[in-house]
Amino acid sequence: MPDGGPAGRGGRLWDGLRGYGLIVAMWIRATMTYRTSFLLATVGNAAITLLDFVGIYLMFAHVDALGGFTLPEIALLYGSCSASLGLADLVLGNTHRVGARIRDGSLDTMLVRPVPVLAQVAADRFALRRLGRTVQGLGVLGWAVVALDVDWTLGKALLVPVMVLAGAGIFGAVLVAGAAFQFLAGDAAEVQNSFTYGGCTMLQYPPTVFAKDLVRGVTFIVPLAFVNWVPALHVLGRPDPLGLPGWAAYLSPLVALVVFLPASLAWRAGVRSYRSTGS
Amino acid sequence: MRQGARLYAAVAAGGFRRYATYATATAAGVFTNTVFGFIVAYTYIALWDERPGLGGYDQAQALTFVWVSQSLLAAAALIGGGFQEEFQERVRTGDIAVDLYRPVDLQGWWLAADLGRAAFQLLGRGVLPLVAGALVFPLALPTDVTRWSLFLVSVFLGLVVSFAIRYLLGLAAFWLMDGAGINMMATVVMIFFSGVLLPLTVFPGELGAVVRVLPWAAVLQTPLDVLLGTHEGAGTALPALGFQAGWALLLLGVGRLAQAAATRKVVVQGG
Repeated sequence: MPDGGPAGRGGRLWDGLRGYGLIVAMWIRATMTYRTSFLLATVGNAAITLLDFVGIYLMFAHVDALGGFTLPEIALLYGSCSASLGLADLVLGNTHRVGARIRDGSLDTMLVRPVPVLAQVAADRFALRRLGRTVQGLGVLGWAVVALDVDWTLGKALLVPVMVLAGAGIFGAVLVAGAAFQFLAGDAAEVQNSFTYGGCTMLQYPPTVFAKDLVRGVTFIVPLAFVNWVPALHVLGRPDPLGLPGWAAYLSPLVALVVFLPASLAWRAGVRSYRSTGS
Repeated sequence: MRQGARLYAAVAAGGFRRYATYATATAAGVFTNTVFGFIVAYTYIALWDERPGLGGYDQAQALTFVWVSQSLLAAAALIGGGFQEEFQERVRTGDIAVDLYRPVDLQGWWLAADLGRAAFQLLGRGVLPLVAGALVFPLALPTDVTRWSLFLVSVFLGLVVSFAIRYLLGLAAFWLMDGAGINMMATVVMIFFSGVLLPLTVFPGELGAVVRVLPWAAVLQTPLDVLLGTHEGAGTALPALGFQAGWALLLLGVGRLAQAAATRKVVVQGG
């Protein structure tokens, strides 16, 4: 497929963002038809994710520390990872529907529209209610920042928002890779839940809780550790369990960029290999 | 009577076969349940290292709780899924009129279909994660047949209670039209009050006493207590099973009343 339009690659990116914005606006209008249901769903989305933290809170009714970490320290991990996943899920979460679209053949219609397929798939049935997770994650993160006994330097203070945004980028890459995997595996959308929701469940707890090999796996193979573990340990002034150097804490944005490369290549390969089911 | 039983068996078999067609989805589900099992198991090890005997469980029992929960997750529709979305869609589009026209009870039909689905997911998505967990972690699985039989009876009753709760959600569509919001809230409640989040015996004080008598406890906490033998003493597991059966009958009864009210609302438009 030629890179569309006289404006070349830049124009294509613009087309994608514009198309994405238009489809998103349409779905938001559609959602607002059932306003009560939307409010219930948004509050429910925040509540469902906050429950994980309530679970941790209940655990701390019985213990003072988990894996050597206090409740505010775990709240920092929990809040940052929840906010990151919430953002990624809001922007790119519905790419998981690509499997259903391949099965019922409706991906065909997307291929002929003058908007990049990824933008269309990501905006498909855009669910504004997912803001719920981000909002509650930021709430817990805010509480953690206040409650923590940390010697805040400028670098550490900046690292917190950078960690949330870069984390969203890493989760976003996982979502795109997961969507690409569906061209290959069909209705295996749930596999990516292991890496997104499962990953976030893991990252809520300190790395000291898990087996060393598991920590190595999410650092070097699927680099989820850079979503929050590596930067947050630096903020908390705790040693990295794998002995990574201090400056590694600032690598998250770079890691997000690096993992987007294979993810987007996989997506392009997936779209190119797509054979319509016909009708 | 016998014809009725045959019909419901056929509906249940249909529900089973329908989910059995999704082989890759099932494999993906097994993978996900196993990954989550590992993550939660490590956090429970950290917790029970700090507080041995928490909630009346030793560490092996706590780990068993984790892995059996993962095995029951899909079958009991603990974090969503199941039939109610489809039911609500049929209400929204008006297809429900066709279901009402059938010479078979609406609640019975959906119960049979949902039990068929659950039976498949118990086998397809339940066994492998538990085996994986048992290979890696020391679990406190019982070795006598009686205990496992009681557990299966308890699981069955838990599935019926889960269905009865979700049937009420399905019927809510007659009044709300769109079910997304209420389904989300119901999932929140199910995760918190069934024991998915934490065993209900770990919930502190008054809160713990309350959550253990609510119907959601009958879906997951009770089957696990029957399996782990923490209900021993006063006549084996009978009180636990009675607790589940009581909630099942009560909620199915409420479902029948709501169903009668809902079907009075149906207006069939000709075409």
